[in-house]
Amino acid sequence: MKLSKRNFLGLTLATALTALPLIALADGWQPKRPIDFTIMAGAGGGADQIARFVQSVVDANDMTNRPLVPTNRGGGSGAEALLHLKDARDPDHTIMVTLNSFYTTPIRQEALNVNIESFTPLTMMGVDPFVLWVHKNSGITTFEQYVEKVKSMNGEYVMGGTGAGQEDSIVIAYMSGAYGLDIKYIPYDGGGAVAKDLAGQQIMATVNNPAEAKGFYEAGEFVPLLAFSDERMGAYPNVPTMKEKGHDFSYYNQRAIVGAPGMSDQAAAYYRDIFGKVYEGDEWQGYLKSESLSPLPMDEATTRKYWATQVENHRQLLSEIEN
Amino acid sequence: MEVFSFLADGIFLALQPVNLALILIGVTVGLFIGAMPGLGSVNGVAILLPITFLVPPASAIIFLAAIYYGAMYGGAISSVTLGIPGASTAVATTFDGRPLALQGRASLALVTAALASFVGGTVATVFFTLFAPLLASVALNFGPPEIFALMLLAFATFVGLGGDDIPKTIFSICFGLVLATVGFDTISGAPRLVLFDIQGFVRGIGFIVLAIGVYGIGEMLWTLEQTRGEITTTNPKMTAKGLASDAKEAVQRGWKGTWIGSILGFFVGVLPAAGATPGSLMSYGVAKIISKTPHEYGNGSPDGVAAPEAANNSASTGAMLPMLTLGIPGSPTTAILLGGMVIWGLTPGPRLFLDESEFVWGLIGSFYVSNVAAVLINLAFIPLFVWMLRMPFTILAPLIVVLSIIGGFAASRSMHDLWMIVIFGLGAFFLRKFDYPLAPAVLAIVLGPIAEPTLRQSLLLSSGDPSIFFTRPIAGPITVIAIILILLPALKLLRRNGRVS
Repeated sequence: MKLSKRNFLGLTLATALTALPLIALADGWQPKRPIDFTIMAGAGGGADQIARFVQSVVDANDMTNRPLVPTNRGGGSGAEALLHLKDARDPDHTIMVTLNSFYTTPIRQEALNVNIESFTPLTMMGVDPFVLWVHKNSGITTFEQYVEKVKSMNGEYVMGGTGAGQEDSIVIAYMSGAYGLDIKYIPYDGGGAVAKDLAGQQIMATVNNPAEAKGFYEAGEFVPLLAFSDERMGAYPNVPTMKEKGHDFSYYNQRAIVGAPGMSDQAAAYYRDIFGKVYEGDEWQGYLKSESLSPLPMDEATTRKYWATQVENHRQLLSEIEN
Repeated sequence: MEVFSFLADGIFLALQPVNLALILIGVTVGLFIGAMPGLGSVNGVAILLPITFLVPPASAIIFLAAIYYGAMYGGAISSVTLGIPGASTAVATTFDGRPLALQGRASLALVTAALASFVGGTVATVFFTLFAPLLASVALNFGPPEIFALMLLAFATFVGLGGDDIPKTIFSICFGLVLATVGFDTISGAPRLVLFDIQGFVRGIGFIVLAIGVYGIGEMLWTLEQTRGEITTTNPKMTAKGLASDAKEAVQRGWKGTWIGSILGFFVGVLPAAGATPGSLMSYGVAKIISKTPHEYGNGSPDGVAAPEAANNSASTGAMLPMLTLGIPGSPTTAILLGGMVIWGLTPGPRLFLDESEFVWGLIGSFYVSNVAAVLINLAFIPLFVWMLRMPFTILAPLIVVLSIIGGFAASRSMHDLWMIVIFGLGAFFLRKFDYPLAPAVLAIVLGPIAEPTLRQSLLLSSGDPSIFFTRPIAGPITVIAIILILLPALKLLRRNGRVS
């Protein structure tokens, strides 16, 4: 075969096409450089675990032609990450894994001037419920005993959490308001540290995500008393919910992937496709189950509506705490 | 004994070809990552975590642990050759490692560091093998008051490290503590000291930024100014015979520091939240306090290199313990390892030793193997690192500045940090000119973020009553020892004055 210019070009093109992953053919847009995968929290926490899990799944299955580069930007309760996305110079290659500071931080720090409704919804990976835990040595086995115990201690009952305005403090504030509890609240810098100090009985109770307390629960150290989910959780069928106790309250930590404001529609469609596949894959479904996350799939329009309600809810919850 | 049969199985697992290859690659990669100023084990482990998805969990954690080990060995290399601590765990290594390098004894410093690291890592692994479950329950007894007492002890041990000028040392510590408060406050949930409303300060000022600024840029400017271009480079030669004689000297002059570091480092490392940095600082301080020749410290004492190096390896092994048995990371690197374990489908925590004993013992076995691999690979590369020092200063100086900038940027990928590095570098240069010791500031920025929240948590627990630090069974004795150590120089001074009059 004589290698004419046209043949040569055709050959090159054909090679290039076969070399590309199949997904490339699905639609037009492709990342042109490594994707900035910002994590709204420090290393080791729930959001970090999820980001690295997603990255591993994407990597192991060769789903993107450019790598996801996870970077922890947990500073200022997520303010750092929010600003990084807001000011992203290349919104098509900047995405983020969120938790609820996505809602609370812009409300609590108005100076940031971040409007999360300008961000691009990509994929809702699930929501993480909260559970009230005590140590087995306390002898408390029901929520009623807990309420009685807290009341009998006149403000000396110590709970730990991740700080004022953080997810667990919202739950504790609601619970205290509903039952007239006076609790001494010690802030820590992460859910893991909180769980450890409950195991060492430095504090008397916590509101932790199941993932954070699971190891101690399985070893029989922790006793779950109450779930703040809408329905009883599969892994804890005997734990009643706040709703069953007659209070219309549930609270979840959002585990979502969002894009920077101003991301092009093509890029957003590309990421939704990728993370949609991760979501449906066996690895992620297994993770949801083992870490007791609830699935909450939603499309773009629903997500936007969901964000608006969440911002409103958090504004109200936070103003209740501050007063 | 049961433990030994588990251990034998574990070592056997670690010696399987795939795992052994992963250990060798991991240690080598870790060594070079650790040797880069700015990059430490955290970065190495985080970057390579996704790769581990391709191998079974036991091999994956062995690989990551090998990187962790390699990086701990590597941290000493930039401390000695460049004078920049590669990671916070290697700050104390610069105190004596750098003077040794300037005396042309870089190879002695590096050999001492390698051997001390080996002993530290091995001693810690033996403790780990024998007492893991017991130590885990001890670690749980350390609440906020105990951790604060420990931090007080760490401050106490290095109060004397800044030299004779105590007011300047105290100024330096306070300066570091103030820098440590910049950014988001855990307790109140509010941002603090966001200077000029620059949002970069919300994140706070990291150790890496200050250390690279002070040691990378500031020190370089100072050297340039001192020598005005007429640098006398030492010409260290490296032969196999030289290596052997260095090893002999390292053993003779560094064994004391090694033992102190190995044991103290492990116990501090086991405590969640403390980690390897306080362990290495305290070991240096304690080694100096009990030394018969404390004046050698800071002027190139092999004991002064051995103590922190043994301690940081020992503490890294120790930090694995709360991670595995409690699911609590004792250091930023173990936090990422913990994330990895969840990804692999394991639940770290009290049941891990029972449910996943093959995984756990494979990992422990790999500690032994990694240590041997790390010391051999490290010794093999020492001639290369020493050769680097033979470059003319006119080449080495810009190289260090470039490495500093790259390392500073790679750690956080933020331009704000680069500007801070330059500003701290210039500031450090002027402070140095006025004879202010800067090491205490660098140490304060590491310990401050641990000490401050634990102090405030303790006082919240006790409703503001400081006696909580004296009445608790573990915190009490530690606080008392710390206070005695702080007052010791003052007492000595008083006694001396009394004798004179």
